Amino acid sequence: MIVRILGEGQLHVDDSAVRELNELDAKLEATVDRNDESSFRPVLDELLARVRAIGRPVEPGALEPSELILPGEGATMEDVRKLLAGDGLIPG
Amino acid sequence: MSVMKRVSMMFRAKTNKVLDRMEDPRETLDYSYQTQLELLQKVRRGVADVATSRKRVELQMNQLQQSSDKLDRQARDALSVGREDLARDALTRKSGLQSQLSELNTQYTTLQGEEERLTGASQRLQAKVESFRTKKETIKATYTAAEAQTRINEAFTGISEEMGDVGLAIQRAEDKTEQMKARAGALDELMASGAIDDMVSGPRDDIQLELDRMGASHDVDAELARMKGELAQGSAPRQIESGDGAAPGTAAAREARAGEDGQATQAAPPAQPQAGDGT
Repeated sequence: MIVRILGEGQLHVDDSAVRELNELDAKLEATVDRNDESSFRPVLDELLARVRAIGRPVEPGALEPSELILPGEGATMEDVRKLLAGDGLIPG
Repeated sequence: MSVMKRVSMMFRAKTNKVLDRMEDPRETLDYSYQTQLELLQKVRRGVADVATSRKRVELQMNQLQQSSDKLDRQARDALSVGREDLARDALTRKSGLQSQLSELNTQYTTLQGEEERLTGASQRLQAKVESFRTKKETIKATYTAAEAQTRINEAFTGISEEMGDVGLAIQRAEDKTEQMKARAGALDELMASGAIDDMVSGPRDDIQLELDRMGASHDVDAELARMKGELAQGSAPRQIESGDGAAPGTAAAREARAGEDGQATQAAPPAQPQAGDGT
């Protein structure tokens, strides 16, 4: 499947990695729910590092949508909230 | 629901909204391509804007660094003439500049990061726009409006996501540069108003004035000493050609003689005077 890291581009990630990524993602979600900014950052970094480690870059001209989209490096919890609220933050 | 799933759904929802508005799918292609070209221009302008901001910060850093170097020199000069109070003054001002400099350095790094990010975004978008253009022509040439629908949706969805991503990157870079511009503007004003100059060197560069004054009085002392020496020899005939005509003349003569003896000049001086004194 294709995963996008915002600000970095798309990566092919093997389907077998889904479970592992979901676990990290659940941890990330929990920090957002708890409003726990200090744990949010390290969990996001861990998730991004994992995706980068197992992913292969998608060829630049590919026009395929991503199955999963991750906030970019340095994103704050506030940024993620805005992304999820979709209140005009995503241009287009 | 998971964060990454939800974010991708938000992107998808946005795309679908645009697709729903389109009546003729092939019209979608041209309209979208137009938007892509506009966004590409926008992101390129964004790269240029960030670069301009970065250069401005760089210029300010250079100016402050020069001022800081000057204060450093002044502190050394002051110390060399025994004015620790002036040296302390100069170093205090220097440390004020240093904290400004380190703040500018942070800004510089941030802008550099944004510039790299945006350049990358621009290149990625460029690649997708190229490939969209090819696909668009193929679709228009090969399929009827009804047949084209699915393919158009695919291509459109793929590029919309990239556009959304690039749009976010531009927004982010704009926010950062706006903040930096405001700060850089404030600093430029401060520099233009002379406030930074005052910080560097006081209202009329008081440290330099003091050092110059001391330097001048040092020169005057030296000249006075020279004149006194000349006057002391006033009765002696003014036959010495070199003009600096004081006692050192004899020392020079002794050195010249040592040279003629063919001895190594380094070895000569310690031996020579003792031998001379002995006889």
